[in-house]
Amino acid sequence: MHPPAFPLLSVQDLKAYFYMDEGVVKAVDGVSFDVYPGQVVGIVGESGCGKSVTMKAILQILEPGGKIVSGKVQLRVRRAGRPDLDTGGPNSAEELLDLTRLHPNSKLMRKIRGAEIALIPQEPMAAFSPVHTVGSQIMEAILLHNKVSKAEARQRAIDAFRAVGISMPEQRIDAYSWELSGGLRQRAIIAMALSCNPRLLIADEPTTAIDVTTQAQILRLLRDLQREKDTAIIFITHDLGVIAQMAHYVVVMYLGRVMEQGPVNEIFANPRHPYTQALLKSIPSVQSTPRVRLPTISGSIPHPFNRPKGCPFHPRCTQFIRGVCDSAAPELLAVGKDHLASCFLYQSQEVTA
Amino acid sequence: MNTGNPTPATPSTPLSEPAALDDALLITSQEEERVSVASNWTLVWWRFRKNKLAVFSAVLLIFLFTIVLAPDFFSTMDPETTDAKLAFIPIQRIHWFDEGKLRPWVPAVIGKRDPVTLRMVWTTDDTQKVYLRFFSAGYTYQLFGRFEANLHLVTALNPEDANRIHLLGTDRLGRDQWSRLAYATRISMTIGMISVILSVVLGLLLGGVSGYLGGLTDMFIQRLIELLQSLPTIPIWLALTAALPRTWSPERVFFAISIILALRGWTTLGREVRGRFLSLREEDFVLAAELAGASRWRIILHHMIPTFTSHIIATSTLAIPVMIVTETSLSFLGLGLRPPAISWGVMLQEAQNIQTLALAPWLMIPGLAVIIAVLAFNLVGDGLRDAADPYSH
Amino acid sequence: MLRYILQRLLLIPVLLFIFSILVFALVQAPPGDFLTSYIASLASSGSSLDQELIDMLKAQYGLDKPVHIQYLRWMGNLLSGNLGLSLEYQRPNAELIAERLGLTVLLALLSFVFTWVIAVPIGIYSATHRNSLLDYIVTVVNYIGVATPNFMLALVLMWWAFSYFGLSVTGLFSREFEQAPWSLAKVADLLKHIWLPMIIIGVAGTARLTRIMRANLLDELNKPYMVAGRARGLSEWQLVMKYPVRLAINPLASTIGWYLPELFSGSLIVATVMNLQNIGPLLLRALISQDMYLAGSILLIYCFLAILGTLISDILIAWLDPRIRMEKVGA
Repeated sequence: MHPPAFPLLSVQDLKAYFYMDEGVVKAVDGVSFDVYPGQVVGIVGESGCGKSVTMKAILQILEPGGKIVSGKVQLRVRRAGRPDLDTGGPNSAEELLDLTRLHPNSKLMRKIRGAEIALIPQEPMAAFSPVHTVGSQIMEAILLHNKVSKAEARQRAIDAFRAVGISMPEQRIDAYSWELSGGLRQRAIIAMALSCNPRLLIADEPTTAIDVTTQAQILRLLRDLQREKDTAIIFITHDLGVIAQMAHYVVVMYLGRVMEQGPVNEIFANPRHPYTQALLKSIPSVQSTPRVRLPTISGSIPHPFNRPKGCPFHPRCTQFIRGVCDSAAPELLAVGKDHLASCFLYQSQEVTA
Repeated sequence: MNTGNPTPATPSTPLSEPAALDDALLITSQEEERVSVASNWTLVWWRFRKNKLAVFSAVLLIFLFTIVLAPDFFSTMDPETTDAKLAFIPIQRIHWFDEGKLRPWVPAVIGKRDPVTLRMVWTTDDTQKVYLRFFSAGYTYQLFGRFEANLHLVTALNPEDANRIHLLGTDRLGRDQWSRLAYATRISMTIGMISVILSVVLGLLLGGVSGYLGGLTDMFIQRLIELLQSLPTIPIWLALTAALPRTWSPERVFFAISIILALRGWTTLGREVRGRFLSLREEDFVLAAELAGASRWRIILHHMIPTFTSHIIATSTLAIPVMIVTETSLSFLGLGLRPPAISWGVMLQEAQNIQTLALAPWLMIPGLAVIIAVLAFNLVGDGLRDAADPYSH
Repeated sequence: MLRYILQRLLLIPVLLFIFSILVFALVQAPPGDFLTSYIASLASSGSSLDQELIDMLKAQYGLDKPVHIQYLRWMGNLLSGNLGLSLEYQRPNAELIAERLGLTVLLALLSFVFTWVIAVPIGIYSATHRNSLLDYIVTVVNYIGVATPNFMLALVLMWWAFSYFGLSVTGLFSREFEQAPWSLAKVADLLKHIWLPMIIIGVAGTARLTRIMRANLLDELNKPYMVAGRARGLSEWQLVMKYPVRLAINPLASTIGWYLPELFSGSLIVATVMNLQNIGPLLLRALISQDMYLAGSILLIYCFLAILGTLISDILIAWLDPRIRMEKVGA
């Protein structure tokens, strides 16, 4: 794996807030990372750390009340776009498009959703409408993004079914989602996401709701498809084991901020941020001493309305520095090759300077 | 919001939108503490009081219930006093100030005989003032049918003017609408309450038996519910009330109508209770109680019923207005309560004729009372239902 | 699906049989019968019938027979299409009912259409523009609409039209058409009059259905398939109309089961107040004057209409929702 020179997607200092009656929830508070073509980026974090919101912000499908406040989401697009938008592409056939500058319901944004960036949603079991056939919903995506006839769309949907390993695709295409087993439904969702050949696939905890055997099959399927089509994948999960299997690059998030990011081997072998270290310690391992209590991270995630000042992790951090960690948020700085961490332990010089 | 954390800090409305936030909505530890030690009723109350409209309606209902308890206190005269001469007196609006001082008064009415119809036509005259007094002695009445009392909300300052005050005008027979409305409120509210209580008893009993026993009993009760629910309500009610003997006393008719209303009213609740029992039977905590050796009745009374009492209360609250409207409709058509009983519907009978209405539009005021009461019950009921459901939105 | 409908159709006669016993018991229940109240009213006006005539009338109407024989006679007649003679109007019941049944059904169906045409779009708007000013207004109006008994609404509108415009908005026809045979002009006259009762009868239901539609749609708008739909590039409008609206209609269709019967029988009170020539006021008169066979026939017709409403809703739900449809086919 040798990353190409230019990223496919570049998220820069993205902030997405929810404005509610009780106050503002800073669900995503300055997140930056790059995704290169064909790369699998894993995003990990506990529930509520803003993983899913980041993805929805990229696609501009935030729930009502949610808004992108600042930052850029630059996507390399194949087609010649509109001159009034950010350009400066790496080569003439492609250009960079800042998605945050598009209206969420604009034609261009809708063209990007599904065709350029596809999503495997968080709850695959309920991602299909129960009163429409699965096929009709996949064909809808195909018809929306391609100039093809209905029959052709149907054929493509059947091909997509076959590609994800669904047997008897011709019959299954006319089934309703509740007639399919959990594994099949998951495959159908993947087929829908891949039906328009996107260059980037966002998989939002695609394996949480299914049993372990099926989970392994689905992961293998995703990896095979990714290799075959050279699709980039953003893989969201709270399961570090899955990350180790799937990802090339890892982003660790906590309370809407990136704590640490780096190549998968670096993160697992040489974690720098206390949060990452704590996360890794809490994984049960075959080598760990039996009958010893598994370490956990003390405390619980704060309420979103009263986030701690300074580094969001400081109330639970074992290496908390009084007067430093609770006064200002640390910046994300390099701690190794392609390896960044947001912690005062590694930037004391900059703080004092 | 499947976190299952009933967060009183957040009202029910905005929570339903951002599904993305569901895991973000965890609560701080001290708040968590406060919530986890609160009883179910405290939680319901916390959520209920957030709904300002429902709280306001509840206060209104409490006011209506005080009228139910002591209609005489609110009346200005005996509601049965008739005087054909005083028919169709218009509303006498209360003026609070007189010559810049707080001194409430109502304009007196002047009667003139219409030369064509020879009917007395009354108009208010602002120059003649009848002064009012609040919380003072008036005619004597029996409080709760037991104690003698003569305290009234409003009386004439000058006892001689006692019969000159008709705050809501008079009807065809010269009866004081304000006082009649107080009595009508008693009957109409009570009939709604009684029939709902009967429905709840029947619904709990039959629904519970149906859900708990299952089998043939369940089959039979379910078919019965279906049968009752497919009956066309209003015609059947009409036929039932028409079948009540004309010779019956108003009290007997009153109870008979309550029972008639409850006969179908219980079916909705019966269904709900049955459904709850069926699903509760499968719950782990019921299994746990069974394994712990709890008796069947203990399980029903201490484990199952408490889980849905708040729902029953909400559903019953929402059923009361239906009963009230039905009683009003039946009485309005002349097939429900009959004079001398006074209910909102009985009062509205006077408002059936369009010519009379054009002459005395204030005869429609009991209708306003119906709307306000129904609105209040609905708002409180909705508020309770939302508050009772920890997983609502 | 076909089997399911057939099953439901077979249930109708069973239900009607049970209802007929109930209805007969009801109209029989009041002490005395038509004859006694007829004689009483004659007596109060000073005249009287001699005993021979009374006995003859009794025999003619079968009032001297035991109750179950009377029921069997009535049923037998009903099954052969003979609804009996109205004791009060001295005309065949079938004739009296026939001239009013059409108007009853027409009025109910018009109110039904009115309700859906208003409730569905407003419900969609309210849900998709949640917490907007218009949504609040709609919510308030709905609460008041639900709380207002329809006869109250009728009274207020009649009073308003009469005292401010001198208009009488009662009845379904102008005076000159009331007794006239059906003609195009009469139909036009009917349409000129029927819209107001249609609205009055439909208002409460419209308010309730709007609330149901709004609540259902709000539930659906939070479903994960919405995220999936947005993510595959559907526009908000396409998405809302195709999926959540379609799904929210299902529970709305199940309201037909109670709403249609309610419209058929609920119009009774409004019809009495507004003097509409449907079977409602006829039933009321029949009940008061103990015209038992007329009352019985009308009650049975109401029962039949109620069953029909439930049937339509059941079939519609099964047809709309593949989950139920398939289950029913398999069963």
